[in-house]
Amino acid sequence: MTARAALLWLRDNLFFSWKNGVLSVVVGGFLLWVVVLLADWFFVSAVWNGGIEDCRLRQDGACWPFVQARFRQFIYGFYPDVERWRVNIVMLVFFVGIALLVWERTPFRGKLVLFMLCVFPLASWFLMRGGIFGLADVPTGRWGGFMLTLVLASVGIVSSLPLGIMLALGRRAESLPFVKAFCVVFIEFWRGVPVITVLFATAFMLPLFMPSSVNFDQLLRAMVGFILFSSAYMAEIVRGGLEGLQRGQYEASDALGMTYWQSRIRVILPQALKIMIPGILLTIIGLFKDTTLVLIIGLLDFLGMIQAGISDPRWGAPNVPFTGYAFAAVVYFVFCYSMSLYARYIEKKFSAGRERRP
Amino acid sequence: MVTGKGEKIIEISDLRKSFGTFTALRGVSMEVKKGERIVICGPSGSGKSTLIRCINRLEVPDSGKIVVDGIELSDDVKTIEGIRRQVGMVFQQFNLFPHLTVLENCTLAQIWVAKRSQKKAEETAQHYLERVHIPEQMHKYPGQLSGGQQQRVAIARALCMEPKVMLYDEPTSALDPEMIAEVLDVMVEFAESGMTTVCVTHEMGFARKVADCMIFMDEGKIVEASDPNTFFTKPKSERTKLFLNQILEH
Repeated sequence: MTARAALLWLRDNLFFSWKNGVLSVVVGGFLLWVVVLLADWFFVSAVWNGGIEDCRLRQDGACWPFVQARFRQFIYGFYPDVERWRVNIVMLVFFVGIALLVWERTPFRGKLVLFMLCVFPLASWFLMRGGIFGLADVPTGRWGGFMLTLVLASVGIVSSLPLGIMLALGRRAESLPFVKAFCVVFIEFWRGVPVITVLFATAFMLPLFMPSSVNFDQLLRAMVGFILFSSAYMAEIVRGGLEGLQRGQYEASDALGMTYWQSRIRVILPQALKIMIPGILLTIIGLFKDTTLVLIIGLLDFLGMIQAGISDPRWGAPNVPFTGYAFAAVVYFVFCYSMSLYARYIEKKFSAGRERRP
Repeated sequence: MVTGKGEKIIEISDLRKSFGTFTALRGVSMEVKKGERIVICGPSGSGKSTLIRCINRLEVPDSGKIVVDGIELSDDVKTIEGIRRQVGMVFQQFNLFPHLTVLENCTLAQIWVAKRSQKKAEETAQHYLERVHIPEQMHKYPGQLSGGQQQRVAIARALCMEPKVMLYDEPTSALDPEMIAEVLDVMVEFAESGMTTVCVTHEMGFARKVADCMIFMDEGKIVEASDPNTFFTKPKSERTKLFLNQILEH
């Protein structure tokens, strides 16, 4: 029965005409070939134990001992060994917090959101930075690896959405010409400048304009750059969402006597948000990946740490760079793809029950 | 509701409005008394929608004066919001909020604008939803209702704010013919209960039934304003006669 159903499915979907059949065989064969190659390289021919000598002997597979030896650096950068528990606490709270937020039956979700947005970032900063409460001082120059990626990406993501919403609303504020002009210039400026330039500017030029007594932290400067950059992108996505709404929605809320903010918060943004989800996600994923660019201002994030590891002459073997980059690709993919899945789920949930009736 | 009948509630004088090169209103003056039911008709582009949209400032007139319930409309946001509180509006395209249920559509402005408690707002909403004959659809989303039902919800939503005046902007023009009657019935019911009503419509049956005053507009001006009897039987202007012939014969 199931075999028969499978055969029928094959006929209907893959072999319903001879052209289609040929295409199915070619593409299917190619995919199979790729999967076999990857599986062989990642698992079968890979070196799992030992050290660099084993990797040099067996070069047609991944060199996992390299990742194993460098794993702590990939995660923590140059964060001092004895202080790593601080990062561990932050990451634990971060991931548990996100898991609880994603799970819909968590009690006090509203309060948890507030905690994760307001208390957690500040607390994490003081915990990881140290220098108070008897905690050893760990300058941000020693932060690195995956923790740095997470810090940059989450700060950028969390601050760019509200900023982007404000900018987008400002850009549409016809009755406030100065606000509108400011928003237009701001958005167009940051969108017209490559993110690398932004990072350079905030890292090296900002100090030139500041009195020398003001010493901005390098990481903070990078964060500011990311926030400015991504909020401009977010603003354009939000604007698209706002413009996608029918004028009648604005008019109906106005006609009921709602104030500007009541109408935006209760009527306009909830609807616009739904249209915006794919775009917001695109920006978030882009930002998550763009964080690697802090490499050029001397901060070593996850990818930066891997590159640093690869260039270590003690780990000189042809398969080491491939292994490092493959590891980075897998980790980035897992994170980006899970965000993508979650966004798709949210999108589906929002549209449930609101379709036109059949 | 009919107390103080005869007092002016809306006073419009010399209202002018253009959109680019198109002139929608060329000096319109009119007044609405408490409890009065006015029907405005006219060919498309005659400025009738623009006129009633100026009353709650959805359109900003170029010049002229509008006084609603003793308060002159200005650019001041608080004044505008205050006047919108007193004036309910029903749109051609219903404009219900698609992300909220029927009940939430009716309670939203009550809670946030009129600052009523959730409980009071829901009671009021239920009362008006019953009066428009759709209490059983309360927990559905607008997208799940028919056009006629949506428009009746929109009427209930406006009435929940207990406005002093109701404005209808071609409330049946976007409806399938078989749904027009159910909406008109509801409108007649509220108009007859004494609600001050200004309605832009081509539904002459409705006009005959409820109107105290008929206004005919063409090219941004009021061509004729008279009681329905005179209006339908012996209109003064040729333009009105022509329009009535066209609309009544088809």
